[in-house]
Amino acid sequence: MPAIADEPRAAREGAVDPGATDPTQIRNFCIIAHIDHGKSTLADRMLQLTGVVEARRMRDQYLDRMDIERERGITIKSQAVRMPWRGTHVLNMIDTPGHVDFTYEVSRSLAACEGAVLLVDAAQGIEAQTMANLYLAMENDLPIIPVLNKIDLPAAQPDKYAEELAHLMGIDPSDCLRVSGKTGAGVEPLLDEIVRRVPAPVGDAEAPARAMIFDSIYDVYRGVVTYVRVVDGRIEPREHIRMLSTRATHELLEIGVISPEPTPSPGLGVGEVGYLMTGVKDVRQSRVGDTVTISSRPATEALPGYQDPKPMVYSGLFPIDGSDYPALRDALDRLKLNDAALVYEPETSTALGFGFRCGFLGLLHLEIVRERLEREFDLDLISTAPNVVYRVQLDDGSEHEVTNPSEYPTGKVAAVYEPVVKATVLTPSDHVGAVMDICQSRRGSLLGMDYLSADRVELRYTMPLAEIIYDFFDQLKSRTRGYASLDYEPSGEQAADLVKVDILLQGEVVDAFSAIVHRDKSHKYGVSIAEKLRQLIPRQHFEVPIQAAVGNRVIARENIRAIRKDVLAKCYGGDITRKRKLLERQKEGKKRMKMVGRVEVPQEAFIAALSASDTASKGSGKKA
Amino acid sequence: MRLPEGEPVPDDGALPAVARAGAGARGFGIYVHVPFCASRCGYCDFNTYTAAELGPGAAVGSYADTVLAELALARQVLDDRPPARVDTVFVGGGTPTLLPTDDLARILDGIDTTFGLAADAEVTTEANPESVDPASLKALRAAGFTRVSLGMQSAAPHVLAVLDRRHTAGRAAAAAGEAREAGFDHVNLDLIYGTPGETADDFAASLAAAVDAGVDHVSAYALIVEDGTAMAARVRRGELPAPDDDVAAARYLAAEAALSAAGFGWYEVSNWARSTAGRCRHNLLYWRGGDWWGLGPGAHSHVGGVRWWNVKHPATYAARLAAGVSPGLGREMLTASQRRDEEIMLGIRLAEGVPVAGLPSGPVDRLLADGLLDRSAYERGRVVLTLRGRLLGDAVTRTLLTE
Repeated sequence: MPAIADEPRAAREGAVDPGATDPTQIRNFCIIAHIDHGKSTLADRMLQLTGVVEARRMRDQYLDRMDIERERGITIKSQAVRMPWRGTHVLNMIDTPGHVDFTYEVSRSLAACEGAVLLVDAAQGIEAQTMANLYLAMENDLPIIPVLNKIDLPAAQPDKYAEELAHLMGIDPSDCLRVSGKTGAGVEPLLDEIVRRVPAPVGDAEAPARAMIFDSIYDVYRGVVTYVRVVDGRIEPREHIRMLSTRATHELLEIGVISPEPTPSPGLGVGEVGYLMTGVKDVRQSRVGDTVTISSRPATEALPGYQDPKPMVYSGLFPIDGSDYPALRDALDRLKLNDAALVYEPETSTALGFGFRCGFLGLLHLEIVRERLEREFDLDLISTAPNVVYRVQLDDGSEHEVTNPSEYPTGKVAAVYEPVVKATVLTPSDHVGAVMDICQSRRGSLLGMDYLSADRVELRYTMPLAEIIYDFFDQLKSRTRGYASLDYEPSGEQAADLVKVDILLQGEVVDAFSAIVHRDKSHKYGVSIAEKLRQLIPRQHFEVPIQAAVGNRVIARENIRAIRKDVLAKCYGGDITRKRKLLERQKEGKKRMKMVGRVEVPQEAFIAALSASDTASKGSGKKA
Repeated sequence: MRLPEGEPVPDDGALPAVARAGAGARGFGIYVHVPFCASRCGYCDFNTYTAAELGPGAAVGSYADTVLAELALARQVLDDRPPARVDTVFVGGGTPTLLPTDDLARILDGIDTTFGLAADAEVTTEANPESVDPASLKALRAAGFTRVSLGMQSAAPHVLAVLDRRHTAGRAAAAAGEAREAGFDHVNLDLIYGTPGETADDFAASLAAAVDAGVDHVSAYALIVEDGTAMAARVRRGELPAPDDDVAAARYLAAEAALSAAGFGWYEVSNWARSTAGRCRHNLLYWRGGDWWGLGPGAHSHVGGVRWWNVKHPATYAARLAAGVSPGLGREMLTASQRRDEEIMLGIRLAEGVPVAGLPSGPVDRLLADGLLDRSAYERGRVVLTLRGRLLGDAVTRTLLTE
């Protein structure tokens, strides 16, 4: 568009000012990508190319705010950035979280867009989670622009993966764009393609205002910042806004757009994407999926699709140093401000002391919260093995929701229900046997299997969620040499033959090790924990039996032999200082011991025994 | 041997007044370290050297004068309140008997002249069985030594070989006989148990040989593989199995059985004597928290709640003294609670135990119930280890101190 290029900059931008842009000039899109397929790098190039970030201020992964996001290369919270393009259009890029734990947030981001860029690493091909999000976008009837990224890599096979995408989407392989976020190649044509393919938003400018919240974050200086996409009407500064789900009303302190820093605007109209600030301190006041209206002329009908965040996975978090308990409570209170999905309540463990039972969307969510507590709040924590939520019916007709194995009801159990997921695994065809092995050994039942291409297979299973959070991902990765990818979504619940296994030291239950497992696996669990503890707990001056039991029935036992000799023969050359210092170190060590009855269990034993059964979480980070 | 960390010792070796206060009224011992050996044993991590010449003042021939220089410093430091007399002297090493007997005699004379040796003082020297003979033992006795402690270790040749000991199996018992012939009423044999390759029968035979040698004192120490020793390297390379605590426990019980059957009574975890008179008073001084001055490189001292230790190398040691500077490398001033902890940690090792008063009753009750503390002693107001308690003495101490 050479004619426009000659016009003064200010004049060009006048047409696309925030709050005054005609919907026909707006393109709202998101990028669907697996966590290491280069989404953030591509976004960086777009920011540069559209001129919203000057080259000298550019830094890698500009939009990823949290340290953890930048380090691990994953996006936890979505963002939206407004980019004027060629003076004629405004591109709002809504960044979506790339992980299965945040499917709901992805669905809300998609609902805020009219189109999606499907970004696939040209050296790796599509991954299961990306496919799940692709299907989600297709269900929302969004036009999808398939893009192969990293074409600069020597290992890139764009032709092969273009075929695969064509097969999945029912398109011609030549429809796939080819870009390199790293070199910038192909990014400009991609932006033009977005203008061409993504429809302009449509809404009723005269109707009462309705905007959907697709993200809200807590900022220490500004309070909660709510990201919205306006559907109908218009929101202006100094109005009072109202949340339709909670009916809460807040004064609007600031309204604006991110470009790429927050910039106040005279308002937001139909199809526009921006932020609201109300001075509220808690993101629970501003829930993802909720509808915002204005109280002077409120809308009555909420936009569809809102859900309360529901924790799927629970784990106990305990400070290693018991005196850190108040600090842990304060830290959780702080994190909660920015994480509407995090729930927690105090828990007392006889083995681990005072801590919190915490609910998470999934394992990555758990891991991120834990890492932030340790890193940002300098806490040393032990986390118990994660578990799902069970529904237990007793013979007396009562029903119990169990989020903590140690609270498993003691009465006669009539039925136990566990959450089930639909899991999708993509794997090179060489590893289909291994994947089926793993899924079947974890009570999966095969729903179907498709060849995406000659050498890539999609397997669909229903499986208990509990089987997935227990080291499934690591197994999947190690048995497929890292090639398989996984996605799952909740799919109701099923009755199952589950039992609670207790671990007893000298006859005392160690609550931190209680687990709810399938009856067929109870023996294996009991044996493995008992064996681990036998190795980890130092010998005491009395014999310590370790038992695994289901109810009163002992299913496995080990024995820690009594130590018979624990005395130094002599003090070398009268060096009593050395002996006393040794004793002082032992005294310090004893303070860090947790007492289970009379048995001294080193903190390290708990950590080692618990972390060994907690390996699933390790696989969820970058390069997953 | 590693020295502890501590605060520096002043150049003149001066002690704070609080430590010197009352020193004159308390008993006093002197330890003399002799840092020379003919050869190094693979398990040994003591401060000892096989070269006869380690520099000026640190050679076998000049060493006694260096020790006497430190003795003069000791007198100066304790000048305002010198101990009333020296009750015990213990010459250890190393191999003290590598020094000419005349030099040992000169050191002893020096102690007598400097501080005054009590008429009934216990004066011990350690000796290797192969480094003494009837004549040298007579000379030591004549010089004023009253007690000889011989490093027997074992009666089994293959065990002595693993320990790199140079004497033959029967030599230690023979040397003990020679010592008694030379007029020593008090003779100790040191045994080591739990050496890799040692069988229960080997150790039983060693105990029998020690008892038959007619000595009035036996020490039995579990072999500890110390970091940095040749033996530790052999264990690491898999050439020797690591000593096993359960085996050591069984050996200890065998020692208690054999020695008590022979009329010996334990008075400290690793020490047995035929009579009260046979107990090593110098050893008891350590466990009772008494005052002593340790002369020589790497030697530890304790006076009134101050513990200090000398520089480790004989040449540095000699150079410091030659320059008129204290050879003390580091020291610590014990706090009241540290002194209290030490009283329990050390006293619990003795057959006399520690007073019940002041100990936490919960742990004491539990230890009694576990059979680690002697109930009849408890009823007399003392906390004393049972036989099983002796094997778990450090665990008992931790229990008493941490609750």
